[in-house]
Amino acid sequence: MLITCPFCGLRDAAEFTYRGDAAPVRPAADAGEAAFFDYVYLRDNPAGPIREHWFHRAGCHGWVTVTRDTRTHAIESVVPVEATVAAEAVVAAEAAVAVEAEGGAR
Amino acid sequence: MSGYRLSAGGTLVDPATRLSFRFDDKAYQGLAGDSLASALLAGGVSLFGRSFKYHRRRGLFAAGPEEPNALVELRGGARREPNLKAPVVELYDGLEAWSQNRWPSLTFDLMAVNGLLDKLFVAGFYYKTFKWPSSFWEKLYEPLIRRAAGLGRLSGEPDPDSYETATAHADLLVVGSGPAGLLAARTAARAGRRVILVERDARLGGSLLTTRRTIDGQPGAAWAAAVEAELAAAPHVRILRRTTVFGTYDGGQFGALERVADHLPVPPPHCPRQRAWTLVAGEAIVAAGAIERPIVFPGNDLPGVMLAGALRHYAVGYGAAAGRAVTLFTANDSGWHAAADLIASGVTVAAVIDPRADVAPALTAAVAAGSGRALAGARLRRALGGKALEAIDVDLPGGGSDRIATDALGVSGNWQPDIQLATHRGDRPVWSDAHAAFTAGKLPPGIRLAGAAAGTFRLADIFAAGGTEAAVDLEGAALTPFWHVGGSKGAGKAFVDFQHDVTDADVALAAREGYVSVEHLKRYTTLGMATDQGRTANLNGLAILAELTGRTIPQTGITTMRPPVEPVAIGALAGHHRAMAFRPRRLPPIHMVAVEREAQMIEVGPWWRAQWFPLPHETDWQQSVDREVTTVRKAVGVCDMSTLGKIEVFGPDAAAFLTRLCANSVMKLAVGRCAYFLMLREDGYAYDDGTVARLGPERFVMTCSTAHAAKVYEQVEYARQVLFPEMDVVVQSATEQWAQLALAGPRARDVLARIVDPGFDLSGAAFPPVACAETTVLGGVRARLFRLTFSGELAFEIAVPARRGADLMRRLLIAGQDFGIVPYGTEAVGAMRIEKGHPVGSEINGQTSAHMLGLGAFAERKHDCIGRVLAARPYLTDPARGRLVGLKPVDRAARLRAGAHLLPKGPDATAAHDQGWITSVAHSPTLGCWIGLGFLAHGDKRHAEIVRAYDPVRGGDVEVEVVAPCFVDPEGNRARA
Repeated sequence: MLITCPFCGLRDAAEFTYRGDAAPVRPAADAGEAAFFDYVYLRDNPAGPIREHWFHRAGCHGWVTVTRDTRTHAIESVVPVEATVAAEAVVAAEAAVAVEAEGGAR
Repeated sequence: MSGYRLSAGGTLVDPATRLSFRFDDKAYQGLAGDSLASALLAGGVSLFGRSFKYHRRRGLFAAGPEEPNALVELRGGARREPNLKAPVVELYDGLEAWSQNRWPSLTFDLMAVNGLLDKLFVAGFYYKTFKWPSSFWEKLYEPLIRRAAGLGRLSGEPDPDSYETATAHADLLVVGSGPAGLLAARTAARAGRRVILVERDARLGGSLLTTRRTIDGQPGAAWAAAVEAELAAAPHVRILRRTTVFGTYDGGQFGALERVADHLPVPPPHCPRQRAWTLVAGEAIVAAGAIERPIVFPGNDLPGVMLAGALRHYAVGYGAAAGRAVTLFTANDSGWHAAADLIASGVTVAAVIDPRADVAPALTAAVAAGSGRALAGARLRRALGGKALEAIDVDLPGGGSDRIATDALGVSGNWQPDIQLATHRGDRPVWSDAHAAFTAGKLPPGIRLAGAAAGTFRLADIFAAGGTEAAVDLEGAALTPFWHVGGSKGAGKAFVDFQHDVTDADVALAAREGYVSVEHLKRYTTLGMATDQGRTANLNGLAILAELTGRTIPQTGITTMRPPVEPVAIGALAGHHRAMAFRPRRLPPIHMVAVEREAQMIEVGPWWRAQWFPLPHETDWQQSVDREVTTVRKAVGVCDMSTLGKIEVFGPDAAAFLTRLCANSVMKLAVGRCAYFLMLREDGYAYDDGTVARLGPERFVMTCSTAHAAKVYEQVEYARQVLFPEMDVVVQSATEQWAQLALAGPRARDVLARIVDPGFDLSGAAFPPVACAETTVLGGVRARLFRLTFSGELAFEIAVPARRGADLMRRLLIAGQDFGIVPYGTEAVGAMRIEKGHPVGSEINGQTSAHMLGLGAFAERKHDCIGRVLAARPYLTDPARGRLVGLKPVDRAARLRAGAHLLPKGPDATAAHDQGWITSVAHSPTLGCWIGLGFLAHGDKRHAEIVRAYDPVRGGDVEVEVVAPCFVDPEGNRARA
């Protein structure tokens, strides 16, 4: 399997360490045991695209988010993990703005 | 069956070069270019092996790796290799091979009595027979089965040859060098693309070499040679011969095995025997050909019954005729072409039997012209013979039957395209009525099929598909599906899988017992599970199952095909990674000092570390280790700690970041001080421990255990990049950059004073316990000093740039000479840390919590850190799960062993009374007895209690006293000296 590291280019998957599903987000410190239990143990097992965290151990030491199809192993995209976080933050911020705007309209 | 060499010779052999070889210790002669199978066939051998279950006599059946019967052991001594298929073993002068699965000899095999017990040896035999009583399994059944069922034997000695792995890249990978493969490679090469052409055999040409085809009037082999010459001259073409592509993997990667020196008696110097390739290709064309399917009929396993294509292959390619009066039984045109080629090669063809009435006259003409009987519309009823094939019974077209004498029968049902490489990534084959075979359905990206593998059997069509035209000789590819001649009473067994002795009756029995899924049929009857992977058996098996269950073949389905296509030796995949080179070995900076002092070395994680430093008069490791411990406790010693993971953390948020990582707070750590830390996993269990030193307000260096260094660094980077990206912090692994030595013992300060540059105050007041500082040593060498102790003695850790590590160690050993300084190794470190009750990997093993380690207070914090929330779960804090304790044998002479279970005195030694276990033990020279650490239920409240250390595996049952997990200087006065 080959992974295109956003920093280093096309590299063999053996240079990377797999961590797992990128979807779970670490709960706030006061979110309670149930939230942390979900975060640590519960995973979806989709037959199709999944976002995963990989570590370029034998390369740039960057954590990257790989979007991979579990049925074919085809890799759709590889982006720096910061970009994923940033994009999520943007989505969240936009949603917050939208909610505010909606609230304001009321 | 009485094979012989044809006077016409063959396309692959050189009649002028004779080779001597031995089979079952009997001498034979063959020709250069022969395979072991062709040489034995030409030498008149008909019996090649015994079947797996009934030990029936079996002859050569096929001409390639699909061979089910002719398995041999090749070479003697350490190079002995079992289960090789005779058709793919190239002959060399002096070759030695032995038949398998017979005892005492191939011609007289006592195990053949199994054939008389066939009522017992039916489908599911193993499941039905070896079930009870269960105690018989280990003592009787398993040894019996292993002896009876053994295929070949391994030498049991280390392999004297070398293997290697390699990677190659190309725009186009072409698998197979038959006409379709050669055309594809030539087209790509002419377009200037980088091409890798892989051929399983020694010569390029595939079927063109062993059939009498003509292309534009010239022999097929000559056309192949011309294309080969063009490819060899092309700039970007790599040709791999004797190479099997065994698997298709993700990202355009293919696994291939090159048999570099298997055709030689011994590999030449510095030449690997085999090479495992990773081929990475933008596109691949699989032109792997097709495998001929036999027909199931009574007596079809007699030596002399072969695939029709194999008869043709041996006659045309090797000039080896399988018999004096050959017959063919075919349900497709290729059987007639085989007959014509056999006749043209000088073989006597007695008859061709074809159940189809409407065979093209052009096909039958050649047989009739050769004075053979062309019996279109006839059916073979059964084959007869004793030790080998003698005759066949045939139902004639107009009614009536005839017995035809024959010593070799070629069978051809039809051809199954070899689509394995196209299905390895999970794409299912689809049934084709036109081919009466499975063809590739959806293809993986970048992979195409060509030639017979694509179901294109006619040469003219292959050329047309390759975008060119060629005039070829007569060819037909018509067929009518024909699978099975049902047996009648007394007609004999009809085999579906030869190697595993699965008959049509076994398939029927499995179906009656409800095993109607192909996957169940396979596992219940073992159909297709032998070393040939059922290449010639699977299709017939499922066709018979379909017939019995009233379904079509596509409804019945096909079993999944997985890599490897052919067996691959593990040694080839491992390449050079064996013995000392099994994995890279990392040497710490002081390695040369350990070598000079002849230290005993040990692997710790990836590192090669000094275990102890023996003195010349010492005869026992315990003597050396006890001396090292005693010297450290009474004087001074120096030990290499360079392999500890070192991670530097910088930035305005460094302290806050480490506080999130560690269970204990680092926030308040003063500059110039160190602290012990424990890291938890997010699930609350202990992950690793170490020390963290604050070198500046925004500058920390943390150490972690040798074995965990890489994983902890990965986790720290994950925390920085993913969990807490808002924190302004930079992380850097510095494990390799710094050599770090521990200097420990009452005289440690005196020794250190001699190498620290003047101006640095080492006094207890200026540099107290857990202090750290940056300074210079040995006249200007940059150094970090830490007043940390693992041994419990007055101790310092001194870090210098890695390249100065060996020098520092030597200078310390000189500086401390008058104090009696010793270097000490990992064993002494281990003994002293047990004396002090410090946990390591045996205690922090991924299943223990901070509370179990006695560090519960660490996990009970107000502020966020990784693992804080789940560490508070009752299961992790429950005292009944165990608390770290020290253990001393009541009989001070008794030995403790790690892994022993802790039980209360009195009740039976059963799992119900299990209260914990011993994690680490050492002989303590300080206490003069064995001591241990362990986890014991409510252990922290049970000091002074006597419990049992029960170790049934090694016969141990010792009474031990529970004590606090610190045996030496519990007040810590020595460290504060």
